[in-house]
Amino acid sequence: MYQGIRIAGFGGQGVISAGILLAQAGVENKLNASWLPSYGPEMRGGTANCSVVVSDGEVYTPIVSRPDTVIVMNEPSLPKFEPMLKKGGLLILNSSLVNSRPARTDIKTVCVPCNQIAEKLGMDRIANLVALGAFIKCTGAVSLAAVADAMKKVYKRAKPEMLELNQKALQAGFDAVK
Amino acid sequence: MTQKTLRKGNEALAEGAIRAGVRFFAGYPITPQNEVPEYMSAHIADAGGAFVQAESELAAINMVYGAAATGTRAMTSSSSPGISLKQEGITYCASADLPCLIVNVMRGGPGLGSIAGAQGDYFQATRGGGNGDYHIFVLAPNSVEELGNFPKLAFDLAEKYRMPAMILADGILGQMMESMSFNFDPVDPNKLGKFDWAVDIHKNGRAKNNVFSYKGDNLIADVVERAKRYGLIEQTEQRFEERNCEDADVILVAYGLSSRACLEAVNHAREQGLKVGLFRPITLWPFPQKRLAELAKTAKAILVVEQSLGQLVQDVKLAVGDKCPVGLNAYPAGGQPDGAQILAAVKSLLTGQKEGLFTLQDHAAGFTYHCTRDLKLGVQGDRKGETK
Amino acid sequence: MSTILAKKPNALTDVPMHYCPGCGHGIVHRLIAETLEELGVADRAIGVAPVGCAVFADSYFACDCVQGAHGRGPAIATGIKRSKPQAIVFSYQGDGDLASIGMAEIVHAAVRNENITVIFINNAIYGMTGGQMAPTTLVGQVATTAPKGRDPKLQGWPINMCEMLAQITGSKFLARGAVDTPQNVLKTKQYLKKAFENQVNNVGFSMVEVISQCPTNWHADVQQALEFVRTKMMPQYPLGVFKDKGAE
Repeated sequence: MYQGIRIAGFGGQGVISAGILLAQAGVENKLNASWLPSYGPEMRGGTANCSVVVSDGEVYTPIVSRPDTVIVMNEPSLPKFEPMLKKGGLLILNSSLVNSRPARTDIKTVCVPCNQIAEKLGMDRIANLVALGAFIKCTGAVSLAAVADAMKKVYKRAKPEMLELNQKALQAGFDAVK
Repeated sequence: MTQKTLRKGNEALAEGAIRAGVRFFAGYPITPQNEVPEYMSAHIADAGGAFVQAESELAAINMVYGAAATGTRAMTSSSSPGISLKQEGITYCASADLPCLIVNVMRGGPGLGSIAGAQGDYFQATRGGGNGDYHIFVLAPNSVEELGNFPKLAFDLAEKYRMPAMILADGILGQMMESMSFNFDPVDPNKLGKFDWAVDIHKNGRAKNNVFSYKGDNLIADVVERAKRYGLIEQTEQRFEERNCEDADVILVAYGLSSRACLEAVNHAREQGLKVGLFRPITLWPFPQKRLAELAKTAKAILVVEQSLGQLVQDVKLAVGDKCPVGLNAYPAGGQPDGAQILAAVKSLLTGQKEGLFTLQDHAAGFTYHCTRDLKLGVQGDRKGETK
Repeated sequence: MSTILAKKPNALTDVPMHYCPGCGHGIVHRLIAETLEELGVADRAIGVAPVGCAVFADSYFACDCVQGAHGRGPAIATGIKRSKPQAIVFSYQGDGDLASIGMAEIVHAAVRNENITVIFINNAIYGMTGGQMAPTTLVGQVATTAPKGRDPKLQGWPINMCEMLAQITGSKFLARGAVDTPQNVLKTKQYLKKAFENQVNNVGFSMVEVISQCPTNWHADVQQALEFVRTKMMPQYPLGVFKDKGAE
């Protein structure tokens, strides 16, 4: 198993922390993992993205230039990251904020209304975890339990009720993919 | 097996340094290495060490000079323009035979350049960098795990041969997180023993120790003695990693982050039935030329992949001579190496094309290389109204 | 029976000093050595020698010494002191060293209240390089790089380090002495004693500036040089204590 992932969205949508969570979950699952934030000139324009690799073997480069999966959380990230996807790759689209649809037909697209699901749970901010739940359902790259363990390490100062809410968002994303 | 943990490169480096017995750190803020001093400021005191945020890079390296003179494991870290400033202190450390650690988390240059990861300081690191005839150990990690474990190796080498060591990383290695583990037990500096050359309080009445850089009439003897040491190091301390080189038609040569993109290229090439291998120098000085020269006898070609514009390739050419052709696939000034582009360059090399390749012979004729933005070539900036 | 009335302090080595006739460096070296002995800290002192005329100071002091880069003495002393807090660390510097190329290092050592002792030799000229203009060169004073004399329109005015460092909260003891007369020599020694005592008592950053004569580069004989100290240097650089703050 080798999953190279790009997660992209606006700054503040939690794409960076979702990436760390995913990498940490990989470690919890005894996989090798890397995480690289958008860094340097890429940071401009209020968008953020990160590269994550989880692998049961060696992680090659941490720069994911031909991702297996792209998680697009906002409109401007779609045209930027859709072309990068591998043939047959997976596109997870936050349909709450992205109206456009991909032009490519050689990829698999899964639309998840991440923000709507998050709002129903009472907190818009956790849309990133909804997306992560959907990713786990689609790929099985890491386990839900691993993400739960990872949350305790990544969000060290989070209150128990917040961790519980995060957990619900993750599950809701997982369940949203049929 | 030790359970791996997810760590950021710069933090793994700082933690690894404390575990390696570093008890003095001085530094000055510069991106992309800021997590190193930040981590040190939070943790080195707990280990009984001292952290100083220096007023400048010059002050930081000279604080290290003073701390290293006492035999303390001392280090500083910075990024490219900051390392240029530190050259004064580095050449002083070399001249006074002081073991110490300098970390360069490289960014794009020359000048202020950019904060993107790069490998443009290869010459500066491997040729000494400051004034005079000297070398420093240069270790090039290619993973967060190596970043965390190399401070120990750096001090073991630096103290064995009494010279500064540098860890040459880059912005991406520093900024990325990766699963890693430390492969050594934490060093207790109190159990390291004392150097007979270090300055200290000396109530025991031993002869006085001086650490000094001015050698006057003794300079020639001093430099010759050091050259002999360098010769020994070049014979015994070459370090490298080899992947799929035994049967390789094309051997990629790359260090640091570039070598990771090469791994991807090797993997894809093998899937396509192309015999491609990777030779990764771990010590950039001493350059692992012995093994590379051997491999060059059986390879059809060598492709150097570097995030600089023809620096590493010079050492490769020196090692390989005319045993086989050497090509260059370069990503200078913050360009990011990419497995697919490297593989395309390998194919070009095998079929005699130019795409993605820059060979030394091509220099005058122009070349193609991958860059983050288009270069405008031609004469620019003529003075207006200049009288001849 | 003979009585020893005066002898070379044990804190100095037997290496013959290379200083020019009439130079003040040798006197100040001796005062430092005597002070270290009298305070009983000679066996835990570590000195930092500069680049400049005192580049060989590391071989004159009997304690362990480090000779470092031009201007960086306070940084080097910082590294030593932070690594060996029980050591008594002093940095010995000239005027080009401390007040020009090393301005940032001396200022920030004071800012940090680094617990070190700095001895600053001010002779208003670059000695070892052959008489170039120093930051402390007087207005009108001739130097090889100010052949018509220092002109404030081109080269600005001399800088008074004690007065300047006194503005910094972290500096604890700042005094300026001279070595032109036995009285001034004794006074300078008192300042040195205070500056080293401050380090022993963890009071913090202390500096003694010493107005020193440089007959060679002033192109003067010793008497003329002493006259220059009194009539030209002292009006610009008044002697005395500029700051004396105990431990907070």
